[in-house]
Amino acid sequence: MRVNRRTFIKIGGVAAGAAAVGIPLAAQHAGGGRVLALDPGTDGDEVVPTFCEMCFWKCGVLAHVRQGRVTKIVGNPEHPLSRGRLCPRGTGGPGLLYDPDRLKKPLIRRDKRGTQVFEEVSWDEALDHVAERLGSIKNKYGPEALAVFTHGFGGSWFNKLAAAYGTRNTGAPGYAQCRGSRDVAWELTYGCPVGSPEATDIENARVLTLIGSHLGENMHNTQVQELARAIDKGAELVVVDPRFSVAAGKARYWLPIKPGTDIALLLAWMHVIVGEKLYDRDYVDKYAVGFDKLAEHLVDKTPEWAAVETGIQAGTIVETARFIAGARPASLVHPGRRAAWYGNDTQRGRAIAILDALLGAWGRKGGFYLPAAMSVPAYPGIPEPTYKPKDPVDMPLGTVFPFADEGLAHGLRDASLPGAKVAYLLKAWFVYGTNLPMALPEPKKTIEALKALDFVVSVDVLPTEITGWADVVLPEATYLERFDDLHVAPFKPSYTALRQPVVEPMYDSKPGWWIARELAKRLGLGDYFPFEHVEDYLEKRLSLMGSSLDDIRVKGVLTAPKQPIYIEEGVVPDIATPSKKIELFSQQLADAGLDPLPTYTRPDAGPPGSFRLLTGRTPTQTFSRTTNNRFLARVYDTNDVWVNAGRARELGLANGDLVVLVNQDGARTAPLPLRATERIRPDCVFMVHGYGHTSKGLKFARGRGACDTDVCTKTRIDPVMGGTAVNVNFVRIERVSA
Amino acid sequence: MTKRYAMVVDTRKCVGCKACALACAAENNVPQGFMRSWVVEETRGVFPELRQQFLSERCNQCSEAACVEVCPTGASHFAEGGVVLVDHNKCTGCKACIASCPYDARYVHPAGYVDKCTFCLHRVQAGKEPACVEVCPTRSLHFGDRNDPESEVSVLLRTRKSKVLHPEAGTEPNVFFLE
Repeated sequence: MRVNRRTFIKIGGVAAGAAAVGIPLAAQHAGGGRVLALDPGTDGDEVVPTFCEMCFWKCGVLAHVRQGRVTKIVGNPEHPLSRGRLCPRGTGGPGLLYDPDRLKKPLIRRDKRGTQVFEEVSWDEALDHVAERLGSIKNKYGPEALAVFTHGFGGSWFNKLAAAYGTRNTGAPGYAQCRGSRDVAWELTYGCPVGSPEATDIENARVLTLIGSHLGENMHNTQVQELARAIDKGAELVVVDPRFSVAAGKARYWLPIKPGTDIALLLAWMHVIVGEKLYDRDYVDKYAVGFDKLAEHLVDKTPEWAAVETGIQAGTIVETARFIAGARPASLVHPGRRAAWYGNDTQRGRAIAILDALLGAWGRKGGFYLPAAMSVPAYPGIPEPTYKPKDPVDMPLGTVFPFADEGLAHGLRDASLPGAKVAYLLKAWFVYGTNLPMALPEPKKTIEALKALDFVVSVDVLPTEITGWADVVLPEATYLERFDDLHVAPFKPSYTALRQPVVEPMYDSKPGWWIARELAKRLGLGDYFPFEHVEDYLEKRLSLMGSSLDDIRVKGVLTAPKQPIYIEEGVVPDIATPSKKIELFSQQLADAGLDPLPTYTRPDAGPPGSFRLLTGRTPTQTFSRTTNNRFLARVYDTNDVWVNAGRARELGLANGDLVVLVNQDGARTAPLPLRATERIRPDCVFMVHGYGHTSKGLKFARGRGACDTDVCTKTRIDPVMGGTAVNVNFVRIERVSA
Repeated sequence: MTKRYAMVVDTRKCVGCKACALACAAENNVPQGFMRSWVVEETRGVFPELRQQFLSERCNQCSEAACVEVCPTGASHFAEGGVVLVDHNKCTGCKACIASCPYDARYVHPAGYVDKCTFCLHRVQAGKEPACVEVCPTRSLHFGDRNDPESEVSVLLRTRKSKVLHPEAGTEPNVFFLE
C-alpha cells in the first residue's frame, strides 16, 4: 500500500503512556476542587517518530507537531539508543528547523569564488547546471577527478551517486580526522572495527577506564546513560586526561597525564598486569596469538620508566593497573572516538585493544558485546558500478597507508592542490553536509584547493563556510523534513530505524534522496535510482525483511528479539583477522614494515613557554554544525580557552579576558574569552571545536568564539591509516587590548 | 494526605549536560534570553587535587516561600502539591518576589508577568514527569511526593545524604541535592 506523505501516524497516546512512570493521577488538592495548571501548549496534535541528526549517534526521537509547527522534540522510549531520553542537542532540533539563516533557494555563483556573489535560481536550472558541469568533468578528466565528501546519514544518497558516476574518491572527515585510527586498531587486533554505536557494555562494567575520552562532555546519549547506570551500580572510573574532565570528576582515579604519553602508561599497565599474572590466561590462551612476543616487549616498560614519561607516579601506575585488572572481565578500557591526536593513534588504539584482550573484556559482559545486525536486504536491481579506475594516487585504499580502509578527506584535498605530485589531479568537489574549511586541519591548503578546482557543489542546510566557496549551493531539507535510508544498527538489541518527515520541507529546500536522484537522471545514471519516490525504495527494502513502511512508521523503529551478545551467553566470536585469533602481535603490521607491537616515542616539546593545544567537545554542540542554533546557544553561546589558573596568574591573565592564540607558525585564532581554571595541567590549553564562524550567512554564530582549526597548521600523519593528528600544535596567549 | 511535590537531584550521576535546562525551555515555551532551569558547576580544590559537582537548579518550590509571602496581589500562590505558581492575570510585574527569592529563580516574562519553574505541574497533573526529569540522560533527576514514604524521592532522601540550597534562608526548599 502506498502511504501518502502527509498522512502521519498519530501516536500521542503511545508517547504519553510511555512517559507515565508511576506518578499517581489521583491528585486532588487538599481542601477543594482541583485547579489545573496552565498548560504551555507544547504537546503536539501529532507526534511523529523519527531519528535525530543533531549529532551522528542517531537517537530515536518523537517530534511534537502542533498546527503544523514542531513545538518540541523528546526521546523515543521505543528506540534502543535514546530509551526515551535525549541529550541537549536532540532537544534543539527545532532550532535548526526554524533557523532564520537557513539556505532557502538553490544558488549559482556569479562571481569568482570567495566573493560570495550568488544568484537564486530554480531547482531545474541549478540541477541542469551541476549535471552539465559534472558531465564535462567526466568527459575531460575521467570520473575519478570528482571527489565526494560527505558527513551525516543523508550522505548515503550521494555516495550512491558517486558510485554511479564512477569515482572512488570519496571521504568523510569523520575517518582520518576522528574515529579512523581506533577502528583500524580494532580491525588489526579483533578483525572488526569498534563501529558506531560502539559495542561497549558500559552499563555492566565494574571498572571503566577512559583514555582522554571525555564521556559526558562528548555527549553520546546511550553511552552517557550507561555511564550513569554503571555509577548507580557502583562501577568505578579510571580517567586518564590532562584535563579534569567531567568524567574525571566522577573517577576513583584521575591521572592528569602529560599530553602525548598515553602509550607509555598503557605499556606500563600491561607490564604490571602481565608481570603479576593478573591477565585472563584462559581467555588469552584460547582466543589470542602473540602473547609471548608481547610479554617480551613489555619487560622493560616498567612503571618507573613510564613515570618519567607520563608524569604519573610509578606507585599510582601499579595501583591502577591492579585496580583495572581486579575487575576483569567487566573492566572496560574504552577505545575512544575522536582519536586523531599525536600521529601514533592507531598504535595507541592497538595498545588499548591489547589491554582489553589481556582483561578478557572483548566479547564479555561489562566489556564489549558482540551484536549481530538485523538482516535488511538492499534494494534489488541497482547495477554494480563499473569502475575503470586510474592508478589511485590520492592516498586511498591500500597505497601509501596500508590500512586506510576509507577515503582520507585531507588526502583528497591534497590531491586537488595545483602542482600536487600525483598521477592525476582532482578537479571537482561534491560536498555534502561537511564544513571542510573548519573540519580539515591546515586550513590554508583547503582554501588553496577550493580556489583551484574547476567546479565545487555544496549540499547543505545552513550557509556554512564551505557554501561560500561553492559554485552551486543546493539547499537540503533538514532531518525533520525528509526521509532517509533505513538505519540498520547492530546493538543491544539490534534495530532498524526510520527517518521520516515530521513537517513538509520549508522554503525551496529538497531532501537529499531527491537531489541525488535528479542529478543521476540528468547524468544518464537513472538506473542507479530505480524508484520514483524514496517511499517506494523504503517500502521495498522493508517488505524484503517482512515489514512495511506502515509498520515501522508507528514507532519509528523495529527492534530485533533479544539475542545472545556475550561469550558467556554462548556467542562464538568470529575473529576475522588472518590468524582467526585476537592478534596481540600483529603480523599484518610487521609485514607492512610497521611496529607489530605498540612502541612509545616521546612527543615533541613545543617552543619554550608555549602550551600544547588540546580540543574537545561540549554536550550542547556538534562541531561547527550546531553553533548557529539559537536555541542551543541559550546555554553555551561561545567557546573559551581553558588555561591553568596558576599559569594564567603568572601571565597576568584573568578569567574572562579576551585573548588570541598564536601558534608555532604565527597563525592566529579569532579572539575568545579565557577561562582560568584549576581543571587543566599547566602545559596545555583546551578549547571546544566548532566556534569561530566567519560566514556572513551565519548571522548568529559569526564572530562568536574562535576556531581551533585556524591554529592547526601542523599535522602529524598516522603511518598506519593516514589519520591527521592535530594535538601537535603549540600556542602562546596574547591578550586583546581593549 | 496532602501531597508535597519534591525534586531530588543526584549529583553523583549528573554530567552537567544541560539537557534539563533546554527541555524545560522547549516544554514551557520559555522566551529566548530567559531560563527556568540552569546548571551550576562547582569545582573545589587546586590542581591536581580537585572535586567537582554539577547542580541542576530551578525554583525550589519552598514550603516557606518568601515570594508568596511578599506578593502584594496574591499572584504567587501555593498550588497542588505545594508547588508555587504565579497567576499571570493577577501579577502586575512589581518584582517584589524577584527581590525576595534567594535562588534567583524568577524573571519577568516579556508579556509582563513574572515567570518561573512550575515543576511542570501541567504535566504532573496529566500523569507525566516534569520535562527536565523525563529528558535527563543520566536519570539524575527524580520527582515525586515527599509525603508518600514509599515514593522514590522519599526513599532517596531517607537513604542518601542530601542538601538544600541556602538553608539559612529558612525557606524550606523542596529541591534536594544528593551527594
